[in-house]
Amino acid sequence: MKKDIILGGVGGQGILTIATTIGLAALSEGLQLKQSEVHGMSQRGGDVQSHLRLSSGLIASDLIPEGKADMIISVEPLEALRYFNMLDRKNGWLITSINPFKNISNYPELEDVLTEVRKLPRYITIDADKIALAQGSVKAANIVVLGAASPFIGLKYASLEDAIRQLFGKKSEELVQLNLKALKAGREFAEENRKV
Amino acid sequence: MDKLLLLGDEAIAQGAVDAGLSGVFAYPGTPSTEITEYIQASKEAKERHIVSQWSSNEKTAMETAIGMSYAGKRAMVCMKHVGLNVAADAFINSAITGAHGGLVVVSADDPSMHSSQNEQDSRFYGKFAQIPILEPSNQQEAYDMMRYSFELSERFGTPVLFRITTRLSHSRSGVERNKVLPQHELNLPSDLKQFVLLPSIARKQYNTLLGKQVAFQEESEKSGYNKLFSGKDKSMGIVACGIAYNYLLENYQEEEIPYPVLKTGQYPVSRKLVKELYDQVDSILILEEGYPILEELFRGILDEGKTIKGRMDGTLPRAGELNPNLVAKALGMEIPEGYEIPDVLKGRPPLLCDGCSHWDSFGALNEAMLDYSPGRVLADIGCYTLSALPPLNSINSCVDMGASITMAVGAAEAGLVPAVAAIGDSTFTHSGMTGLLDAVNRKVPVTVLLLDNSTTGMTGGQDSAGLGKLDDIVKGIGVEEAHIRVIKPLRRLHEENVQVFKEELAYQGVSVIIARRECVQTLARRMKLKHAKKKVAKENSAQ
Repeated sequence: MKKDIILGGVGGQGILTIATTIGLAALSEGLQLKQSEVHGMSQRGGDVQSHLRLSSGLIASDLIPEGKADMIISVEPLEALRYFNMLDRKNGWLITSINPFKNISNYPELEDVLTEVRKLPRYITIDADKIALAQGSVKAANIVVLGAASPFIGLKYASLEDAIRQLFGKKSEELVQLNLKALKAGREFAEENRKV
Repeated sequence: MDKLLLLGDEAIAQGAVDAGLSGVFAYPGTPSTEITEYIQASKEAKERHIVSQWSSNEKTAMETAIGMSYAGKRAMVCMKHVGLNVAADAFINSAITGAHGGLVVVSADDPSMHSSQNEQDSRFYGKFAQIPILEPSNQQEAYDMMRYSFELSERFGTPVLFRITTRLSHSRSGVERNKVLPQHELNLPSDLKQFVLLPSIARKQYNTLLGKQVAFQEESEKSGYNKLFSGKDKSMGIVACGIAYNYLLENYQEEEIPYPVLKTGQYPVSRKLVKELYDQVDSILILEEGYPILEELFRGILDEGKTIKGRMDGTLPRAGELNPNLVAKALGMEIPEGYEIPDVLKGRPPLLCDGCSHWDSFGALNEAMLDYSPGRVLADIGCYTLSALPPLNSINSCVDMGASITMAVGAAEAGLVPAVAAIGDSTFTHSGMTGLLDAVNRKVPVTVLLLDNSTTGMTGGQDSAGLGKLDDIVKGIGVEEAHIRVIKPLRRLHEENVQVFKEELAYQGVSVIIARRECVQTLARRMKLKHAKKKVAKENSAQ
């Protein structure tokens, strides 16, 4: 098993929470893992990405080579475009939220952004904010996106659920339940809407 | 023992703690900050009374560590690469004094300048100081090498430079722990004059250091951190340093690398292994993250030996960090192509936070500066450096920690009046105070905007050394009380604040405007903690 995942978003949108959840789940399945993060200046409202590599064998590089990513998971549509060059043409999936984070004055028309996403052969676009809100809080939007990506990650769904219990359990049971619901809603959306 | 999922920085920290560390000394700086933070948050470190409070700057950190080493205990200093410039005086001279308790200096380089003003390579400093350098390729090696570094430092009585780069600092992987070593007892060097660098003693000590050089180089082979792997294809040999080795491996996956490879994680490199590699191949490809340091050594001045490939002949780019694709290209391999990045994509530069006090400080300054020609605001290093970008466009310089005040003094001396310096509270206590003393002594017309958000913000909100002391420090340095103005940077006080700026800009001497309002990030964190504590207290009292 080998899965190379690029996580994209804007500083503060919770991509490291997605990374940690997948990471915990991967560890529980006995996989090797490398997770490269962005710290420092870019965290201040700039674009942030994480390279997450899972494998049953040895992982050499902390960075995923260009054109070799199995998935891009983005919590923001414009940020999804930033990593197109990383995506494997043979089987790469793009999963992105369609909720724009507009903190730049030249943010393009959302429709133009989504048009680019829809040119890819394998993608899921999801209104994560709306779905998260329906589960109780827009704060769980990142986990909705993770849920939408979950059918393609190659980890057991139960492992992801356990990871959420482990991660949010430290905070409160309320958060655990919210995020489990968010994960499920995201996954159901993806299974109903996958094109391939 | 248990396996932990750690950042490279955290692996270093855990490695040091488990190696019997007694103190970590540091000033925050990306990508090194998490080393010290990890130790500060570690329960084990607390139980073992490991000292981990932030230092005012990298020089005080380095000197404190030398002091702990003098007293016989294991000390670690952590900084970003440019921090080593600040600590350089102490660092270079620590090579002459030598170490007593193990002394390891961690310098985290930032090739591609993700969060830095240059991409200097700390290995140059190690070579300059003539001490051993360790450069791990992964998290496990970072952990293991830390223990070895302390042992090496004590065995040879020398400080050791531990060099990492951004990608390892901020990448997480599984790390297996070793058994925990006890800390040393307090014990002084047998020669109580070893650390007295009077010329007569320094000459002796320097000769001692020079005498260790061959042993350092031989040690790189003995340790196993210089390792030569055989390969059938002798048309080329590869030297791979630090994490560049991973990028090489990445391109072969399960296949065997056809060329002989010298994996390099310790310097000075083993002469024996270099010769063994050189003699069996027709050409050499050098993969190093950072400057072409080994490459220059391999080429020599005349570069008339075997063909050397690397950053200096265009095989790899001269600037910026390496990645698997660049290394693939250097190996002549085909690179898979992803999708083209759509033209509709826009850049998203970092930005000051919503509600940040700097918006209001610079908003007021900008308005007051409308009375003068542009180009008068010399600034410094911190979140507020982002005020160079639109929409604020407030500042005209950012060079090094503390340079704002001194540059403003120089510009004022050249006739630029008024000249403004903009500096944060943590940067001010790091390296700005001495510059302010210069300004006071020179009696130049300089207006200092001291942006006091009461934290070291850019690196994530670490303690600020001057918290609660700034007004007294400024007064003590000799700024007249009438020209120490404290304002609260808020939108509703905008007019008032503009007026304060206008008055002080018109003053023909040194004035300091302290704009004080807590960082919104630390404030939010503090409130969250407070509410959580309140909730716990309420639940307890209800029981």
